Amino acid sequence: MSSPPLTRPEYVREQVEEHDFGVVNKPLTAWERIYGNAALRKVCILVILAAIWQVYATHLDNSLIFPTFTDTMKAFLGRMASGELVKKSWTSIKVLLQGYALGMALALVITMLAMATRIGNDLLETLTAMFNPLPAIALLPVALIWFGLGNGSIIFVLVHAVMWPIALATHSGFMGVSNTLRMVGRNYGLGGFAYVRRILIPAAFPSILSGLKIGWAFAWRTLIAAELVFGTSSGSGGLGWFIYENKNVLDIPAVFAGLFTVIFIGLLVENLIFRTIEMRTVRRWGMHS
Amino acid sequence: MVMNPVPEQPLLAVRGVTLQYKTKDHLVTATYRVDFDVQRSDRFILLGPSGCGKSTLLKAVGGYMKPIEGEIRLKGEAVTRPGPDRMMVFQEFDQLLPWRTVKENVMFPLRATGRLPRKVALEKAMEYIAKVNLTGFADNYPHTLSGGMKQRVAIARGMAMEPDILLMDEPFAALDALTRRKMQDELLQLWEGTKFTILFVTHSIPEAVRIGNRILLLSPHPGQVKAELNSDGTDAEDASGRRLSDRIHTMLFSEREIEPEAAHV
Repeated sequence: MSSPPLTRPEYVREQVEEHDFGVVNKPLTAWERIYGNAALRKVCILVILAAIWQVYATHLDNSLIFPTFTDTMKAFLGRMASGELVKKSWTSIKVLLQGYALGMALALVITMLAMATRIGNDLLETLTAMFNPLPAIALLPVALIWFGLGNGSIIFVLVHAVMWPIALATHSGFMGVSNTLRMVGRNYGLGGFAYVRRILIPAAFPSILSGLKIGWAFAWRTLIAAELVFGTSSGSGGLGWFIYENKNVLDIPAVFAGLFTVIFIGLLVENLIFRTIEMRTVRRWGMHS
Repeated sequence: MVMNPVPEQPLLAVRGVTLQYKTKDHLVTATYRVDFDVQRSDRFILLGPSGCGKSTLLKAVGGYMKPIEGEIRLKGEAVTRPGPDRMMVFQEFDQLLPWRTVKENVMFPLRATGRLPRKVALEKAMEYIAKVNLTGFADNYPHTLSGGMKQRVAIARGMAMEPDILLMDEPFAALDALTRRKMQDELLQLWEGTKFTILFVTHSIPEAVRIGNRILLLSPHPGQVKAELNSDGTDAEDASGRRLSDRIHTMLFSEREIEPEAAHV
């Protein structure tokens, strides 16, 4: 037997009043607040990248190979002001949105089918395994034969580019919904589309959103590539056509301005649209991983 | 103590229910020919060690699985599928919809079943949120709440539907001991206010004795009814001077000597 534990006196303490504390909370310094702003940090990165571009291009001094940032900006602003770039961008975006919306709807339909039946599940798995790795642009020649020279074939290719990644992400999101949430939904007597809309889609929203982002990126790439390959469809043409045209006349700053527009729209969509959706949904709900 | 006469038809009648489920390579019999009746305003406890099929039994009452033998009747109607007349409170904290605030979570079943118009549903939701003392958190999203608060929301959500029977699957098991004790008191207070019917699954003897007025003991592998006991919540001594919890303990663990389980309160 070890010796008995020492007996110690008990005690009770009074709590210190709030105003006696040194610091409970104090405002951050200006620098801490600036550094804490994600948008500002990102702008900073963009400025540094532009500066590197400018220095390198000035050093190279060959506007046929690599125009400077300022030349590109001049071309960009000039073409924007003349309305040419605005019009071309709009042509591209219009087609893009049609293909994107259609692809999204089809993805939802096929995923719901996959959730409803086992054979639908097999179908989705097989089809995504077949078509997801297939570059959409490879279907363009066939699409041209089927749908002719027009927006129809571009939209077909876009749907193909968008549908599979979104379907894949949505499906894996649905599969990952916790069993408790499923049981909760069924407890309320929800079934069919109401169940998908009110339980599965919100619960799987983090995956769905990342699928939508990937789909958006694929759609952009495919669209620009398609326009580069077969150019104008309805007279005016889009951004890809703009790039192609200006390369032919060796107006390289304008080519860069075209590329810049693609990047610019990409940044805008990511930071304004997707980011807003994310803030309003996944982050607010505490579901981001 | 005045005994009310037992009514002709119980609220929930479970008759000879055998439940089986398949795992990857076994067919498991969870319960074998279980009978019991739950009367209106009962706090009916299903108590047993793990593996006695109590949670499976609760799922069957919830309509999530079908008995292979026997039947389950709620107010005389056979239970065939899940429905809002048997609201369920789960053990997991993730049972609240993360994309809805506390208020919206409580309103959701009221609206989803089309039972009440929006304004009435909101009033009812706020009434039950007040009952579980969460009025100040009505506009919070679930991820900002503590575990105990989430369970209170889940209970408010279940009660707001005013179901025939509230099914609770070890709702306090994932809480710390202090919070658990507090939640048990709160549940009893809520019951005093509305006298709703509860079917409560637990593996904790003290919890069963505290919360239940009627305790069904199940033996494991497969679950079979061992006894049905009354409790007045005080762990009273019977004529022979033994406490209710001791009697339960002996009944559950008499056959084999089992290492004393860590005491849950």
